[in-house]
Amino acid sequence: MAPGTMAAEPGHGSGPGDSPKGPEAEAPERRRKAHGMLKLYYGLSEGEAAGRPAGTDPLDPTDLNGAHFDPEVYLDKLRRECPLAQLMDSETDMVRQIRALDSDMQTLVYENYNKFISATDTIRKMKNDFRKMEDEMDRLATNMAVITDFSARISATLQDRHERITKLAGVHALLRKLQFLFELPSRLTKCVELGAYGQAVRYQGRAQAVLQQYQHLPSFRAIQDDCQVITARLVQQLRQRFREGGSGAPEQAECVELLLALGEPAEELCEEFLAHARGRLEEELRSLEAELGPSPPAPDVLEFTDHGGSGFVGGLCQVAAAYQELFAAQGPAGAEKLAAFARELGGCYFALVERRLAQEQGGGDNSLLVRALDRFHRRLRAPGALLAAAGLAEAATEIVERVARERLGYHLQGLRAAFLGCLTDVRQALAAPRLAGKEGPGLAELLANVASSILSHIKASLAAVHLFTAKEVSFSNKPYFRGEFCSQGVREGLIVSFIRSMCQTAQSFCDSPGEKGGATPPALLLLLSRLCLDYETATISYILTLTDEQFLVQDQSPVTPVSTLCAEARETARRLLTHYVKVQGLVISQMLRKSVETRDWLSTLEPRNVRAVMKRVVEDTTAIDVQVGLLYEEGVRKAQSSDSSKRTFSVYSSSRQQGRYAPSYTPSAPMDTNLLSNIQKLFSERIDVFSPVEFNKVSVLTGIIKISLKTLLECVRLRTFGRFGLQQVQVDCHFLQLYLWRFVADEELVHLLLDEVVASAALRCPDPVPMEPSVVEVICERG
Amino acid sequence: MEDDAPVIYGLEFQARALTPQTAETDAIRFLVGTQSLKYDNQIHIIDFDDENNIINKNVLLHQVGEIWHISTSPADKGVLATCYNRTSDSRVLTCAAVWRMPKELESGSHESPDDSSSTAQTLELLCHLDNTAHGNMACVTWEPMGDGKKVISLADNHILLWDLQESSSQAVLASSASLEGKGQLKFTSGRWSPHHNCTQVATANDSALRGWDTRSMSQIYCIENAHGQLVRDLDFNPNKQYYLASCGDDCKVKFWDTRNVTEPVKTLEEHSHWVWNVRYNHSHDQLVLTGSSDSRVILSNMVSISSEPFGHLVDDDDISDQEDHPPEEKSKEPLQDNVIATYEEHEDSVYAVEWSSADPWLFASLSYDGRLVINRVPRALKYHILL
Repeated sequence: MAPGTMAAEPGHGSGPGDSPKGPEAEAPERRRKAHGMLKLYYGLSEGEAAGRPAGTDPLDPTDLNGAHFDPEVYLDKLRRECPLAQLMDSETDMVRQIRALDSDMQTLVYENYNKFISATDTIRKMKNDFRKMEDEMDRLATNMAVITDFSARISATLQDRHERITKLAGVHALLRKLQFLFELPSRLTKCVELGAYGQAVRYQGRAQAVLQQYQHLPSFRAIQDDCQVITARLVQQLRQRFREGGSGAPEQAECVELLLALGEPAEELCEEFLAHARGRLEEELRSLEAELGPSPPAPDVLEFTDHGGSGFVGGLCQVAAAYQELFAAQGPAGAEKLAAFARELGGCYFALVERRLAQEQGGGDNSLLVRALDRFHRRLRAPGALLAAAGLAEAATEIVERVARERLGYHLQGLRAAFLGCLTDVRQALAAPRLAGKEGPGLAELLANVASSILSHIKASLAAVHLFTAKEVSFSNKPYFRGEFCSQGVREGLIVSFIRSMCQTAQSFCDSPGEKGGATPPALLLLLSRLCLDYETATISYILTLTDEQFLVQDQSPVTPVSTLCAEARETARRLLTHYVKVQGLVISQMLRKSVETRDWLSTLEPRNVRAVMKRVVEDTTAIDVQVGLLYEEGVRKAQSSDSSKRTFSVYSSSRQQGRYAPSYTPSAPMDTNLLSNIQKLFSERIDVFSPVEFNKVSVLTGIIKISLKTLLECVRLRTFGRFGLQQVQVDCHFLQLYLWRFVADEELVHLLLDEVVASAALRCPDPVPMEPSVVEVICERG
Repeated sequence: MEDDAPVIYGLEFQARALTPQTAETDAIRFLVGTQSLKYDNQIHIIDFDDENNIINKNVLLHQVGEIWHISTSPADKGVLATCYNRTSDSRVLTCAAVWRMPKELESGSHESPDDSSSTAQTLELLCHLDNTAHGNMACVTWEPMGDGKKVISLADNHILLWDLQESSSQAVLASSASLEGKGQLKFTSGRWSPHHNCTQVATANDSALRGWDTRSMSQIYCIENAHGQLVRDLDFNPNKQYYLASCGDDCKVKFWDTRNVTEPVKTLEEHSHWVWNVRYNHSHDQLVLTGSSDSRVILSNMVSISSEPFGHLVDDDDISDQEDHPPEEKSKEPLQDNVIATYEEHEDSVYAVEWSSADPWLFASLSYDGRLVINRVPRALKYHILL
């Protein structure tokens, strides 16, 4: 046994330390239980309390510190198992331990001796005190008995009086109530007179039940009758007030509340309430209507919606709130009634607002309108939330959407009108007579003006429309404005439609029925063509990018791709330019045709000059060249055109001319002409006269010259020429050759066509004697 | 189904005038008139042997002048009319005359072509259409399906109806009308309608088309600004009495319903220069031939405005003789108008195109350089129309 365990528990006589030593095998169960409780108190488990190392068998009888230690078994075991020496050792060890234990015990006894003494003394003193206390308790018991007796006597005496007092108090209360009842009519009258209807209704409410209960008594009946009369008057007055309607909605609500308290039928009141509210709101509507009436100085739309918002919508809100408060008991039927009411009046209001907004369609400024719509929409959110069933908020959103759509349409119209206006301006500028010395605005300048003006119109429209989607506007987060408005509305409906309509307008100039070209000035065609081409190359993608940036399109609906629009614009540009070529070609053709058809070629005189019409052709071509050069780039020529005109000329006049139609007037063989010209044709490419043109100056001029020269050729073939007629043609063609080659992409073309003209003229001449090339040159240089 | 190659025939002179021999319905025969100021002009009678693909020609001399227009009598194979230029002391006058060709040439001869030039025969003059009071003759057109006794000629602004009497040896001016207006009005072309009992004639002047009633010689309709520029030619639909086609300097071919003159029924814009000639096929009016100074001949299929917009309706037994051809499903929806073929054999402006009067699938075109090209409608299309 570990001595430390004993020392740790010195204060407890029955510590766990000595339990193994005790005769616990025969100890009663009670002791064991007490032990257990103590152990529990000290937080020790049974095993630990025994101080045994964990793991050893607690039932081992050989364990010195175990609970089941059996000295006999232990000794037997020792004797049997251990050798002598060990036995001796354990014996000495045992003796030593026992001695130590004895001394420890002695020390403990000494140390606790005084405590035992004082405890004994205390117990003795307590014995004495308790004896004294017992006596006093006895005395107390007797006294209490006496007191009880007295008290019972007093109660018996007072019993009677107490009952009377209680009764009297009851009577007093009753009398007060009665007094109230008797006074009630006068009080009510007074209240009614004073206008304290609330007070009156409260009184009435209090008395009502009692009067009802005791109405069989005549006096009460009288009171009740009086009260009823007064109440009736009260009701009348209240109704009067209610009907007068002059007072505001809160007062009306109060009236209704009081009437309800007076037991008026809720159904009827509800009807009446709504009727009154209707009257008031209709008044508001009438005043609104008066504002938009025919009188010209109508307030602006913002003011109008403000009035509507504060007047009508505010009123509607109040009515709805009051109604819901007052007639909550009415259930869904009541709510339905209110909803219908709100729907109907809301409808009238919306109709008015729409009428007003319709008046607004004319103006170009959106900011006021958007602000007005914003107010309008914002205002209607409150009643919308209050009366979800009436669908006011939805209707309001719908109106806003419709207005937005209309605005888009309006802006599209505006853009179209602006475009047409630009065209008219251009026409005027083109038609305006040029002042001497002062050139009108150049085509390039006009083009720039038109382009910038259209662009600025588009931007202005975009900016105006953009207001609808501004963050701070209450309806901008509606799905329509987030999606469809941006993509279908603005991008497709406004921008794409405008570009398309622009192309169509431009194309319509090509299809003008009077193809003589008189209707549309050619310069306008040219300008439009360049405009469309510019759109194709840059402007369209710029505008669409701008649009997409401003209106972050979240909608997934398909939109027209830029490439399609560009293709359309390019096609338009191409058609316009081709038409321009045709028109200009026609002008020159007509000149040439008239000059060939009206002249008597048989009896003409020997040519001394280039005919004026040829000079005119060259002049016109130069003018066209200048005109086209203002808007279109130069374009590519064939390399040979860089040669000087002199050389070209000499080539044409000598070798070419000789080679081409010299044989035709040698009388030897008519076949030669055909053969030669056929061989010539074999090696030259077919000339497409009205072929599509490219977007450059050279191509345009080539087209015009081709048309003109082909006309000349066909006209020459229809005539018969005298000798001098042929020579005149020769001179004219040479002159054209001198001046026209510089305009075309491939001067070979001009050679070819002019050669053919001269050759045809030679064929159409019975007496083909050509002029000396040198003479031709001299004449042309002189002219 | 290989299509036959075109057959080309070359003349030595420039030529503008071409006509089929209208009265001949068995042999394929065309007449071509040349234009030469220095040599005697000729009329080439071109016989085309379809089976052997060979051309036989006979040459007739036309010494009075260069030929601007030629037309043949619908009744007598040997009778033809020409408009020709007569140059005299620095004045050019276009006259018209009716001629008879030598008897042996009427139904073609199959002599070898090489010696024909040496033995050129001369035309026999039947009568002059006297135009001294009327100006230059633009064209002569015979009463279609008539007995070859009535002729209309256009002279400057006059439209003249002639009666040929005494077996065409005498031309009597039966009636005339003239176009009045400011400026120098001049007819360019005219056609006699085969409908309405041959009482209608249509003419072209400048950019306008006019219809005339030959009984009263009064105007019955007028299409102002039919073309943007000069109208070059016109033709009547042989099967639809109110339809006519016109062509002009605006490179367009327009189809008109003369009951509604405000809008053309259809417009074709395939040529790249003036269109000089337009001709309906005599039997299948969806086939329209045009010739242009862009040196192309275009054959178009104008099914939608033809008399057979759903294709040719034939009984099933009719195709039994075409056993080598698989019977194909016939679509009942209207066929699409399209260009069937563009013929580019010419190297100069084509001034005349004509269908053969004998073979409805064959046509000739003539360009200024004297090249005559004989072509056929593509076989695939031919069978498509027939079956």
